[in-house]
Order: sequence, then C-alpha cells, then structure tokens
Amino acid sequence: MTRGALFWVVVALMLAALPPIASAFGQPFYIDLVRRMMILAIAATSLNLILGYGGMVSFGHAAYLGLGAYSVGILAFYGITSGWAQWPVAIGASALAALAIGAVSIRTSGIYFIMITLAFTQMLYYLGISLEVFGGDDGMRLRSRSQFSGLIDLGNAVRFYYLCLALMLLTIYVTYRIVNSRFGMVIRAAKSNEARSRAIGFSPYRYRLTAFVIAGAICGLAGALYANHTNYITPGLASWVQSGDLMFMVILGGMASTAGPMIGAFALLIAEEILKGWTEHWQVILGPLLVLSVIFFKRGLAGIFERPHA
Amino acid sequence: MTGALVFEQLLNGLQYGVMLFLMAAGLTLVLGIMNLVNLAHGSLYMIGAYLAVATTQATGSYVAGVAVGFAGTLVVGMAMELVALRPLYGRDHLDQVLVTFGLILFFNELIAIIWGRGSLYTSLPAWLQGHVELFTGSRYPVYRLVVLMVGLAVAVVLWYVVTRTRLGMLIRAGAANRTMVGALGVNIRLLYTVVFGFGAALAGLAGLMAGPIYAVQPGMGELILIQVFVVIVIGGIGSIRGALVGAIIVGVVDTLGRAFLRPVLATVISPTAADAAGPALASMLIYLLMAVVLALKPAGLFQSR
Repeated sequence: MTRGALFWVVVALMLAALPPIASAFGQPFYIDLVRRMMILAIAATSLNLILGYGGMVSFGHAAYLGLGAYSVGILAFYGITSGWAQWPVAIGASALAALAIGAVSIRTSGIYFIMITLAFTQMLYYLGISLEVFGGDDGMRLRSRSQFSGLIDLGNAVRFYYLCLALMLLTIYVTYRIVNSRFGMVIRAAKSNEARSRAIGFSPYRYRLTAFVIAGAICGLAGALYANHTNYITPGLASWVQSGDLMFMVILGGMASTAGPMIGAFALLIAEEILKGWTEHWQVILGPLLVLSVIFFKRGLAGIFERPHA
Repeated sequence: MTGALVFEQLLNGLQYGVMLFLMAAGLTLVLGIMNLVNLAHGSLYMIGAYLAVATTQATGSYVAGVAVGFAGTLVVGMAMELVALRPLYGRDHLDQVLVTFGLILFFNELIAIIWGRGSLYTSLPAWLQGHVELFTGSRYPVYRLVVLMVGLAVAVVLWYVVTRTRLGMLIRAGAANRTMVGALGVNIRLLYTVVFGFGAALAGLAGLMAGPIYAVQPGMGELILIQVFVVIVIGGIGSIRGALVGAIIVGVVDTLGRAFLRPVLATVISPTAADAAGPALASMLIYLLMAVVLALKPAGLFQSR
C-alpha cells in the first residue's frame, strides 16, 4: 500500500470511529463539530480546485455555500422537502451562478479578479439581506430537514455524520481525479504558464470557466449539507468573512494538495474552538496567528504528509 | 416624487460619492504603486471614526476629535505598513489578501474589546447642526454639505499634489514603473510608507466624517470597503481620476436606487411585487453596473497602466 493510500485509510477509519467513541463518552458535541468540519472541508476542497490548481484567487466562494443553503431553505419554505429535488437544485443553482460570475470575472486577472469575485458575492449577500420573505438579515429556519424517501434520516445525527463523511471522501476523490485528468492538466498548465499553454493550442478561458463552475457546484452541495446541519440559514453564510475562512482553510492545509483543504478546514475550526474556550475575543488572537501562518508557513500543513503537485 | 426630493437625494448621492472617493483615492494609489491588495483599508476608516468619536466624547471638542482621528489614522497606517505589509511587497496577491484579512479580524475585535460591540453615537457642534434652505421648500443638513465640500476640496488638493508637485511626479512614476524609479535613486521604501500613510489618513478622514451620519461600530469598514472595490474596478486601478468618477457614479446610483427604485417599479408592476423586488434590486444595482462596465472595458474606465 502506498503512503498516500495508507493516509486516507487511517483518516477514514479515524473519522468513522469518532461517533461511537463520542457517544460512549457522552460527548455528542464532537459529532456535531466534526460534521461541520467535514462539510466545510467539502467547500474548501472545491475552492482548492480553482485556487490551488487553477491559480484563480476567488474571494467569493462563500456565495455558493449560501446559494446551496438557500436553495434548500427556499424549497422547504414552499413545501418541497424532498432532498432528491432540493439537492440537485442547490447544486444546479450554484453552478449557474458560478457560470455567470465566472464568465465576467475570468476575463480579468490579478487584483481585478479578487475584487470582482468579492463584489459579486457581496451582491448575493445583500440580496439575501433584502429578501424579507426569507427572513432578511435574521435568516430563516429550515422547516424540515431534507427527506430522502426514508432512505437516510438526516435528523439522526450519527447517520447524517456518516453521509457527510462519505460525501467528503467522494468530493476529495473526484477532485483528485479531475486534477489528474487531461482537463486538470490544462488547468494546471494555464496556472503555471498561460502563454505556453496558449502556444500549444489551449484557450485557458473555457477550461478555467468549467473548473469554476464545477467548484461552484460542489460548494453548492456543501451549502445544502450546511443548511441541514444548522437547520438555520442566514445571509452570513455568503459573507466575505466566510469566503476568507474558506481561503484560509486551503492555504493553511496546503494549496494544490489533495488532503490540504480537509486538513486546513479541520485545523482552522479546531483552532477556533480552542480559542473560543479561552476568550470571547478569540479573533484578536486568531487574526495575528493567520497573518503569521501566511508569512512564515508557506507550504501548509499537508506538506508534512504528502508532496504537493507542481 | 417631487423635484426637490430628487435634488436632495442627488446631493446625498454626491455626498456618499465623495466619501467613497476619499477611501478609493488612497486604496487605488496603494494598488497602483505598490501592487498591494489591502483589505484592511476599511479598518483604517473604522479607526478614524472611533478615534474621532472617542476624542470628542473625552474632550468635548469636535475639532480635537477631527484632528486626533486624522493624525491617529496616519500614524496607525504607517505603523501597519512598516510592521505587517512590508514583508508582503514581493509576495503574490493571495498572501496579501490573507494577511490583510487577518488584520481585519484583529482590528475589529480590538475595537470591540476597547469600545464594545454596540454602535457609538456622536453629536455635532452647534455650528454644524441645522439645515440650509437650498431653494423654497427644500431644507438640506449643513453637515452633509460640509462633507461634500471637504471631499471636493480633497479631490482638488489631490489633483494638485499628483500633477503639480515633485511627490506627485514620483507617485505617477512609481505607478508606471516602480523598478525604474528605484533605479533612479528614489527611496522607494520611504515613498511607499508616505503614500500608504497618506492614503490611510484619507480613509480616516472618511471614517471620522461618516461618524455622525452612519453607525460607528466594529466592522463598519468592510461595508464601505467592498463598495470602494466596485469604485476602483469601475474607475481603473491606480487612477485618481477614475476613483473620483467611479465614486460619484457609485454613490449616486446606489443612493438614487435605494430611494426611487421601489416607487418607480411600483408604477410598472404591482406595488406588492415592487415592495419585494425594489430593495433587492437596489442593493444589487452597483454590482450589476460593475459587471456592465467590465464587459465593455475590462480594465476600468480610466486605465492608468
């Protein structure tokens, strides 16, 4: 067994073992916490596809988290509680929004790209705030969790946990396959040398846009999961702080690495939990920590476990 | 909807526009010359507002508050540049975004520790209160007019400094080719610190003037920062003229949209539908405008490079 495969077997076994252990110690809180980590790991993994491999510094990835969550919430609001309908809509709406935002923003690069993705996400955030029907600023309760014809009961914390685990591993695997396909190679080539990839006959725009849409769609799924996780949906899910958090997860874990976003998501949320235990003003410590980690810890945590791609 | 009301809202839009300009001018120079993305520019706006309000409350003097707010932000800005941003000049934009994002978390929380999470309110001195009658039946707050004047005065001063002085020459040269400016023997590091402090002070000025109009609270800087990004994207990075034009456009469009989109829509579609769609569309207006500008001119209206 290769080192990489061994790593994933250990990760899967450890995460699979958590619910029985947490239940045995009477600490269901940890099931909830790790479930949230895994959902955000899905979102971070999707961001890594465009940020880490594609070199597109999207500061607006939370938009799709919010869109996915609101798709579930709004359909539930109108009485459509079937997850078979809700989740595809969440994924589809996010993909569509990513297509529109990507079509405009990928025409630009550098600072413009960062500011534009941020601005469009902020637009969706304000849209969420101004929709009084769906709670506006305060957000809305999810009327009932998504129904899967009695197949999976999301109300059962442990079963929902295992669904999130399965989806997270699937997302990481799919992203891995995409990155190592011909398509993924074009994306990576366009990042490392755009002129050269043009010279050998690839127009990066279409490839980048496709990657942008795929990343948005996956993040929409994470949003649908998040809505079911918290049972409550607020515009804050699409805020720029959330976008920044997702970026930090990718950077902290290690850009352009398979396990990086997951490790980063876990590390950031664990750090938050620890700091929250210390002080109400945990952000005053977290902020400088993040600054230092960017300045001095370039490779990310995943560098400890695996070799990053070029 | 009377003519007087439209005129009043137009003035509000202009007043908001010049505030956006004060923020955008500093940020666009930093982006253009140093090639640095500074998200914490909004924090400087917040710091300016808080320093001014706190000083006014402590001393009872509005003028002292303005002075401390302005000078204090200048000092904080230069310190920020020296401590946190210098290591970032050679790094890519991603690192700059992340570091300045970390700074925002820090400053917002620091302000919350010192002054609490609630909004602070401040009162104006007697000579800034009251209204002026612009024409019959239209009374406009003196303070907003003063803000508008100060903003326009700063625009003129900036124009003079950038186009008519040696410092301005260096700034323009730095925006065009900073390696060459350095090679010609200009102390680029000092220039960076001066320009950054200058931009920070303008952000502080915007913040301290915003205090009596909008809520002074932690996180207030980020609300305006993202609109300032829209201004810069529309105007073109590194261009002061672009920042002014972009800021006025965004300020006026945003203000008029919020004031009149709902009643205008109500004449076309049913009032209840307009009640729902009006505010939503109004909040999206400037971003849609940005998308249109980008589709036509991807590098903004006034491209400097």
